[in-house]
Amino acid sequence: MLNFARYKNNALMKILVCISHVPDTTSKINFSADQKEFSSAGIQFVINPYDEIALTRALELSEASAGTVTVINVGDATTEATLRKALAIGATDAVRIDAAPRDAYFTAVQIANYAKDQSFDLILTGRESIDYNGAQLCGMLGELLSMPSVSVCKKLDLNGNDATLEREIEGGKEILTCSLPMCISASEGMAEPRIPNMRGIMGARSKPLNVVAAVAADELSKVQSYDKPKPRGQVKLIEAEKATELIDLLHNEAKVI
Amino acid sequence: MSVLIYLEHENNSLKKSTLEAISYAYAMNGGKDIFGVCPGNTDSSLATVAGKHGLSKMYKATNVNSFNAESHSAMVSEAAAKCAAKTIVIPASFSGKGIAPRVAIKLKAGYVDSVVALPDTSNGFTVRTGAYSGKAFADVSLLSETKVLSVAANVFSAKENAVNCEVEEFSIADSALNNRVLIKESIKAEGKISLPEAELVVSAGRGMKGPENWGMIEELASLLGAATACSKPVSDADWRPHSEHVGQTGIAISPNLYIAIGISGAIQHLAGVSSSKVIVVINKDPEAPFFKAADYGIVGDAFEVLPKLIDAVKKFKGA
Repeated sequence: MLNFARYKNNALMKILVCISHVPDTTSKINFSADQKEFSSAGIQFVINPYDEIALTRALELSEASAGTVTVINVGDATTEATLRKALAIGATDAVRIDAAPRDAYFTAVQIANYAKDQSFDLILTGRESIDYNGAQLCGMLGELLSMPSVSVCKKLDLNGNDATLEREIEGGKEILTCSLPMCISASEGMAEPRIPNMRGIMGARSKPLNVVAAVAADELSKVQSYDKPKPRGQVKLIEAEKATELIDLLHNEAKVI
Repeated sequence: MSVLIYLEHENNSLKKSTLEAISYAYAMNGGKDIFGVCPGNTDSSLATVAGKHGLSKMYKATNVNSFNAESHSAMVSEAAAKCAAKTIVIPASFSGKGIAPRVAIKLKAGYVDSVVALPDTSNGFTVRTGAYSGKAFADVSLLSETKVLSVAANVFSAKENAVNCEVEEFSIADSALNNRVLIKESIKAEGKISLPEAELVVSAGRGMKGPENWGMIEELASLLGAATACSKPVSDADWRPHSEHVGQTGIAISPNLYIAIGISGAIQHLAGVSSSKVIVVINKDPEAPFFKAADYGIVGDAFEVLPKLIDAVKKFKGA
């Protein structure tokens, strides 16, 4: 699968970035009357913020090595605006797998099927999508494509075929090394997202956006219903002068300290 | 039917999220057939502690060592075959969430991440998890025969259910020892409480005016035995590291107590902390939206309230 000769010839670095189409972070979330579906009325959709970080780092790396960055999304035609935005930010080309994604496994099967013959050097995802928050795609792609995977990376640097990564762990970090190809999920710190400029937006219209048919995948999970957290009761206000009272309440009433 | 838990340890001590995962599995399976798997770089004290929490048998993969998503996921799936586990329970830690999707693919299992309740098996297998970054919950059914669950930190408390834990050593297939990712260095902040696992969190926002004023936040946190956190503008301005950013695009936490100081409570911030059990808000603006999502509030300037609060905690801890 891995073609080492390409690196010797200084051939192009090929990067795939997985893009999720999610409600803007300021969105108020609502569901259909039967609680089974997300209600998208009045919702502005954006590139998942962590995917935007991954995309930006991919562009920085490909600019340094004169490579290509392909963005991919599994979704219906409504997600094309999100892919066009990724093209405006600087991606080389885009792929939309034409299907309504059922769960992370379905999405992973589609992307792995597309990627398996394309010899990508690097596959990047966001650490999680801000809608389902599953944080599943990176590891699933790694397993499906027999590649190493490292989740929640705050730094990614390349020296030819060798990647140096910084992964978040509880209370600290790990510095890791790995040879490409590999799958990485990006977290805050890896790059500062870019805002597309007018030239990028104009150019994005003529960049290729290929629509690919989906393949079959087993249905392993199904969302039965959604609901929202119960609102908290009335806030109990304590006078600023009486901070001691707060400690009493936290100890005797809330029993958390 | 057996359940298998991925046991994570640090210097031979089982992590808190692992003890919580054992308690979750114990409750789910009625205390029967609770298996665990861990790498070989551990001693027998691990099994003693695991047994105290209800683990009946521990598989120890002698040829597997420090964390690597490929070899650790292979270790879990091989142990699952040994005990015919139909449910795999993994702590939703950084490493746990790194291996769970790989384990799910290996076992052709459906996977639900960061579950917050025991599964409902009255009609199939349905389990509850957060969605929309804390703005909602989803009840998800797993339709596969084998299931993988990662258990959210700090939702189930670790309980003692002492049993005798047997240990069986095994080695995973050489072909599965794929250590392509190498650890060069592991850096841990000494004496700091890890934010994702913390029971108490002291968090601050732009109201603190600058990074030089964080001394008070750290003092309050240290007196309480709390982790420190911050809002997005604070980490964006590099006043605090990104790893402290809680909210929709940071980390989601569910501590017993969340104290927010000088944070107005934007919808993105609330999303990441709304499952905290008790929320205290300190803000000089009485109209700050965070007060609507709080249990206790103090309207006041952080620079005046904090010294009083620090004194009050010192007296409380001294008492």
